[in-house]
Amino acid sequence: MSEVLVLVENTPQGIRKSSLELLTAARRLGSPSAVLCGAADDAAVASLGEYGAATVYVVPGTDGYLSVPAAEAIVDIAGRTNPVAVLVTSGPIGKDVAARVAVRLGAGIVTDATDVRSEGGVVTTSQTVVSGQWVATAQVTSATAVVTVRPNAIAPEAAPATPAVQTVDVAFSAAATGAKITASNPKVSTGRPELTDAAVVVSGGRGVGSEEGFGVIERLADSLGGAVGATRAVTDLHWVSHDLQVGQTGKTVAPSLYVAAGISGAIQHRAGMQSSKTIVAVNKDPKAPIFQVADYGVIGDLHKVLPALIDEIGKRKG
Amino acid sequence: MKIVVLVKYVPEPTATWKFAPDLTLDRGAVEGRLSELDEYAVEQAARLQEAGTASEVVFLTVGPAKAVDGLRKALAIGGDSAVHVTDAAMHGSDALATSLVLAKALEKTGFDLVLTGMASTDAEMSVVPSMVADRLGINQATFAGALSVEGGTVSIKRDSEGAVLEVSTALPAIVSITDTNPEARYPAFKAIMASKKKPVTTYSLADLGVDASSVGLAAAAVKVTSVTPTPARTAGTIVPDEGEGGAQLAEFLSSRGFV
Ligand SMILES: Cc1cc2nc3c(=O)[nH]c(=O)nc-3n(C[C@H](O)[C@H](O)[C@H](O)COP(=O)(O)OP(=O)(O)OC[C@H]3O[C@@H](n4cnc5c(N)ncnc54)[C@H](O)[C@@H]3O)c2cc1C
Ligand SMILES: Cc1cc2nc3c(=O)[nH]c(=O)nc-3n(C[C@H](O)[C@H](O)[C@H](O)COP(=O)(O)OP(=O)(O)OC[C@H]3O[C@@H](n4cnc5c(N)ncnc54)[C@H](O)[C@@H]3O)c2cc1C
Repeated sequence: MSEVLVLVENTPQGIRKSSLELLTAARRLGSPSAVLCGAADDAAVASLGEYGAATVYVVPGTDGYLSVPAAEAIVDIAGRTNPVAVLVTSGPIGKDVAARVAVRLGAGIVTDATDVRSEGGVVTTSQTVVSGQWVATAQVTSATAVVTVRPNAIAPEAAPATPAVQTVDVAFSAAATGAKITASNPKVSTGRPELTDAAVVVSGGRGVGSEEGFGVIERLADSLGGAVGATRAVTDLHWVSHDLQVGQTGKTVAPSLYVAAGISGAIQHRAGMQSSKTIVAVNKDPKAPIFQVADYGVIGDLHKVLPALIDEIGKRKG
Repeated sequence: MKIVVLVKYVPEPTATWKFAPDLTLDRGAVEGRLSELDEYAVEQAARLQEAGTASEVVFLTVGPAKAVDGLRKALAIGGDSAVHVTDAAMHGSDALATSLVLAKALEKTGFDLVLTGMASTDAEMSVVPSMVADRLGINQATFAGALSVEGGTVSIKRDSEGAVLEVSTALPAIVSITDTNPEARYPAFKAIMASKKKPVTTYSLADLGVDASSVGLAAAAVKVTSVTPTPARTAGTIVPDEGEGGAQLAEFLSSRGFV
């Protein structure tokens, strides 16, 4: 069975959920091989095996660089294994890696796939295009397909295997090490769940009114155990940090519950949240487009509705 | 230092888009514009020129005849000249082909620094900058939230999970600019008039030495097999707040198991 190379990400908390999603998708196309940049600890190898990795390629020497060394490592491994597909998670690093790998392998590339499957032996994808307004299906006709997959689109399923671990020493080109990370300034942790992984997201828009006013969004998020999100209008005003932005140029989220308060619902915002399972909106304007995608909406002042909601949740929790 | 800015002419995002029978976006049916996300790169180039860091700024687009309107908009914001690559054979090109043509055009114009948007607002792939970098064998610093150039080195700030990274690389390099950078200025009437006199050079694929059979729909390694509208969400319940909005919302959330 043909190999499928999967770029996986290890963190101090373990292998990322999105990497397990990729391994799950890879099994539909062939035999999954994980490509792990950095050190491979036993726990990482164990969870990659649990989700079906037959091989784990460990690539040292990528620290301090963004993405080109990872791309060259994949190209190096692909040169020996002729994979049917290379799968990476959508996001800045994933896009950079996928782009370079596609050029080097002359491989067709699909980005932000929400599904990957094999149809008659051909790698076939689904993706939403045009700010989520259309669904396109495509077939990749080159020998290898390069696909970036949206996080949270494919449910991870275990399929235990015992991976063979292989260290791959790659002679990186000058271009690979030409761009160096010179500083890394850590952000203050809020203790809330990560936006893209959270089951509940509570987002505020310009209608929240002020930086102080945004506190009500955070309180509701905490009472629901969720993450905080925002519109670009809010991040442009610096009421909250940019990494909380949801939408076309921010994060794409698909939680079980998305609460949108004081958000008009511009297409660029909806593009990042409209595949959420349940959507709730609070807006004082009955014509706000956000109500078109809401399962439940309250027309009113969020500074009245949300505090009442937080109280009520408190009472129900007892 | 010579800067070339890659700009894409895209359908107006707020218009209703249509797909042609060959499943490509029907660009003739929708009003076009300079991609809003490329305006951030155009503005950065204009600022680097005003600061004396850039000696020359050129805008480069690959697109249909109408794409020249996008170049004119960029030239009204700043820069000296523009290059328009247009050829009927480009219709339906995939990202591999587009990046090939852009790389060939860049070899012709010459450059020290290439600036791009973070994504187009039509296909939104965010891959062309890295692809062009790979084809030209140059350094890349993508998704720059801020940019500075000093003595042959370009430095950027890039948002990543948990940290803001600083990345530096030597020129020649390609840098993609995010929408956390300053918005493009609104060009003054005088600047718009002056821009009409700035030269725009048009190239065909043959001018760039690109074989037409290596681009276009037939050469694309990704075949779109269907395009359908996203299923509409079922209409929800919308209630006015008459003092009970918070309680009603709590009841709804509880009925769905969230409370
Ligand atoms: C290329 C491009 C990319 C973009 N990317 C993104 C993106 O990634 N994410 C994103 O969010 N946006 C993005 N935008 C911006 C987007 O077009 C909208 O401008 C933005 O989403 C609007 O944010 P908002 O809903 O907070 O503000 P507004 O549109 O100003 O809406 C505020 C809403 O709050 C309501 N309101 C006011 N006061 C109250 C109150 N007291 N109680 C209840 N409701 C109230 C109003 O009725 C209104 O509907 C992008 C735009 C472009 C051009
Ligand atoms: C709905 C839709 C879906 C598509 N899906 C695919 C697909 O799955 N696979 C595939 O290979 N192709 C696909 N294409 C084709 C693809 O859009 C083009 O090849 C395109 O030129 C490159 O991708 P992008 O527009 O997403 O650019 P991005 O990589 O998002 O662009 C980033 C930056 O590169 C520069 N740039 C991009 N294109 C140009 C240009 N023509 N001229 C000048 N500068 C430019 C701009 O600075 C831009 O901000 C699709 C097109 C559409 C309309």
